[in-house]
Amino acid sequence: MFGYLVNRLLLMIPTLLGVAVLIFFMLRVVPGDIVEVKLRGDGGNVTQETIDAERARLGLDRPLAVQFGDWMVGLVTLDLGKSMWTDRPVVEEIALRLELTLQVAVMATIIAILIAIPLGTLSALFKDTWIDYVVRIVTIAGLAVPSFWLGMLIILALLYWFNWLPPITYTPFYVDPVANISQLIWPALAVGYRYSAVVARMVRSSIVEVMKEDYIRTARAKGVFEKLVVARHAMRNAMLPAITVIGLEFAFLIGGLVVTEQVFNLNGLGRLFVQAVSRNDFTLIQSIVMLIALVFIVTNLVVDLLYAWLDPRIRYGGK
Amino acid sequence: MTDSNVLLSVEDLHVHFVTSRGVVRAVEGVSYQVRRGEVLAIVGESGCGKSVSSLAIMRLLAKPAGRVVHGKIMFEGVNLLDLSDEEMRERRGRDISMIFQEPMTSLNPVLPIGLQIMEPLFIHLNMTQEQARARAVELLGLVGITDPERRLDQYPHQFSGGMRQRVMIAIGLACNPKLIIADEPTTALDVTIQAQILELMRELSRKLNIALVIITHNLGVVARYADRVNVMYAARVVEQGTADDVFLRPRHPYAMGLMRSVPRLDRPRGAKLETIEGLPPNLLDPPKGCRFAARCQFRQDACAADPPLVEVEAGHFSACLRAGEIAAGGIGGETLVREAGGKREGRAGEKLLAVKGLKKFFKVTRKTGTFSSVESEVRAVNDVSFDISPGETLGLVGESGCGKTTVGRTILRLESPTAGEIVFKGQDIAKLGSAELRPIRRKIQVIFQDPYSSLNPRMTIGQIIAEPLLVYGIVKDKEAAKKRVAELLEGVGLFAYMAERYPHEMSGGQRQRVGIARALAMEPECIVCDEPVSALDVSIQGQIINLLENLQKKLGLTYLFIAHDLAVVRHISDRVAVMYLGRMMELADGDALYAEPLHPYTKALLDAAPIPDPVIERARAPRTLGGEIPSPLRPPSGCVFHTRCPIADESCKAVVPEAREVKPGHYVACLKV
Repeated sequence: MFGYLVNRLLLMIPTLLGVAVLIFFMLRVVPGDIVEVKLRGDGGNVTQETIDAERARLGLDRPLAVQFGDWMVGLVTLDLGKSMWTDRPVVEEIALRLELTLQVAVMATIIAILIAIPLGTLSALFKDTWIDYVVRIVTIAGLAVPSFWLGMLIILALLYWFNWLPPITYTPFYVDPVANISQLIWPALAVGYRYSAVVARMVRSSIVEVMKEDYIRTARAKGVFEKLVVARHAMRNAMLPAITVIGLEFAFLIGGLVVTEQVFNLNGLGRLFVQAVSRNDFTLIQSIVMLIALVFIVTNLVVDLLYAWLDPRIRYGGK
Repeated sequence: MTDSNVLLSVEDLHVHFVTSRGVVRAVEGVSYQVRRGEVLAIVGESGCGKSVSSLAIMRLLAKPAGRVVHGKIMFEGVNLLDLSDEEMRERRGRDISMIFQEPMTSLNPVLPIGLQIMEPLFIHLNMTQEQARARAVELLGLVGITDPERRLDQYPHQFSGGMRQRVMIAIGLACNPKLIIADEPTTALDVTIQAQILELMRELSRKLNIALVIITHNLGVVARYADRVNVMYAARVVEQGTADDVFLRPRHPYAMGLMRSVPRLDRPRGAKLETIEGLPPNLLDPPKGCRFAARCQFRQDACAADPPLVEVEAGHFSACLRAGEIAAGGIGGETLVREAGGKREGRAGEKLLAVKGLKKFFKVTRKTGTFSSVESEVRAVNDVSFDISPGETLGLVGESGCGKTTVGRTILRLESPTAGEIVFKGQDIAKLGSAELRPIRRKIQVIFQDPYSSLNPRMTIGQIIAEPLLVYGIVKDKEAAKKRVAELLEGVGLFAYMAERYPHEMSGGQRQRVGIARALAMEPECIVCDEPVSALDVSIQGQIINLLENLQKKLGLTYLFIAHDLAVVRHISDRVAVMYLGRMMELADGDALYAEPLHPYTKALLDAAPIPDPVIERARAPRTLGGEIPSPLRPPSGCVFHTRCPIADESCKAVVPEAREVKPGHYVACLKV
């Protein structure tokens, strides 16, 4: 198991390197650069010398290979450089946003799991009854309704019925948990509903499949209580595909919540990312892309480890 | 009958399945009894309702589609159908256990074996963890699994198929049930493992006085193990009696036909199998009256009325109106006409196909680290030699993993041999490139095992057969191809209009005929038949075997017939080769091999295979080959069979025996012969 883990961690290096190469050169291939946007973006009249000087200051006049090498050294030494726009360290720019985004993602995941597993299981066990139909309508709606629209509805509802709006400014959890949760629970709910719909549908279909398996019939033939048949024999097998979906969705939430963040006025990673792209802020874009890639890889690793924990065939490297 | 010894009594059971296409009447008016400690076999072909009727006893029919619409299931005086779900659950696993067909999928892959065995002990007997564990160890020992303490904590994927079936039996025995229902318990297993499992079940049933209901399609198994037999056809019981009654004095034309259409291990190569023509009826819309009438050679007008199951002699029932006439010998008494010693002389000296020192190794790589891996070899075929004369059938038998299919695939050049020669009509084709192989591919064709997955579901039968004709330019245009397809279809006993159909519109037997027509389209000289009948029901199997034999006679074909069923191979083959773990064990004239097997493995195989005749079975000494088939990844040293061989000694571990010609034409690879 330990060897497997080391193996997987080592394999992260080439993957991340590939991402780094791709994002670095793709950014440079796209026309336009940050200095132009920064100095001439508002139609300002700036001399070529000023622009050249700014380029030199940011190091953009150096050969690509040197810039790339420089960035690589930075990545390895965990020095991500400064934002080309604000001149603040990238780490500082990202840290605060990541904290918020990560918290929303984790809360949304917890909400999704809490809703999806009971709902999906119920729907599967009562397949083709009214319970199933209700669950399927609710989940289809979850897939169809955009989270930001649901977010707007939530805000409107809070305002209309309770005459209350969630706080606008972000309070970290460790400063004031109540204020923090009362702000972030709403976006987490808006996102979590769609998320839970995806997971619930997966849970439903995999339990429906598993309940047809021969070993379920064996368990019943042994006289196992029906509740235990589901809890012990079916759930564990059915969880495997659900975990994959949960992992993918979680990774997507980091950086994928632009509009929802806008609606709830949250300064999250998604908004930062869009901002960075529109400003051609190379260092910031590169860093965010690397971060998202890292989140995807780590999530996948966690999913695979969960798989191994749940399924002995993987754990023991079965035939 | 009010016999206090009766444990289970099924009375007039009717089971329906509601499907989108209508109501399937899966079981109709089935009645039978099981006495304490006896072995009852239920035989019949697929879809006859034998499994459904047993699942109904367990009340495990697929919900909500399947339900019992009429009848009683009396178990120890209680009608199981009247019990609440909870009362029924209490009985399942405690009083009645069930063992299923597929040991590979019947155990939960994510739970340890120990828990799966102990579960019924916790539930029904309220045992503590320690008590249950001790009992589980005892049970594993009982079913012949060594090192039970350690194996309890292992998972199903760490057990072989035979071992998993033993675990299933252990689960079934856990609470000392009164009745065990075994649904095709050994169908998925190899013949030597089948014998081990069935011997074990019979022995345990005797020792513990457990009644056994064995559901099977294998008449040999019935003859060897059953006290009494129910023969089912199209949802009804057509004949019921002791094993001797049913096998020696069958009183229903279906049972008679079934007995005669099975190739038998103890009969020499005959001319033709008697077969039951036609197909079983569709249970969505079954015919009125006798279900078998459409296929019956003795039908009369009176058969349009439902025939009752009547007692023709004490304890022997038949659902045929003419059972009396059959008993009196009036009809159906004709004995089999068999060509004595139907051996055909191949054109002496001439060889169509000669395989010399054939080897096929597969590389298996297992990752051990990021950049390191271990490479090992599976020696699927190791030094195999044989030849086939034109017009001859060579049978190739062996258990799973023995390499017989790989031999076939290598000859077809679907695989490239690792070493050795494949000489076809004087030319070594072992190393030919794909362009040079093209003309030869036409001459060596193949018929696959699974008629379901080997035909493209998106193509019509006509397109499937015409494709090679057009690709190889055998016919000029589509019009000519159509004509040729019609000819071919008629040649294999189908109709020209079937060319428009898709594979899913045809039955298994019909699809296999399509597979044969596709092979014949190329006008081959040699056909590799890879388990061509093993997926088919007994009566259909006979039809296909006869078809293959007729085609051989008419077209002068040469067959390499690969199968695991020793009786089928004996029936169709001139000479037979026996393989084990990639090596050839014995090669001889078919009749000589079966009459006087020389290699200990061949002997063991023949002993393990049951013969559908209870008298012969009682006379045979019950010998079973112990042990498991070793992994081909780590084959034993020396003679690969030495780990299971009854006569092996030290020298067998060291020396790989060469195939020697012990008698003219009889090759044996054993040091002790």
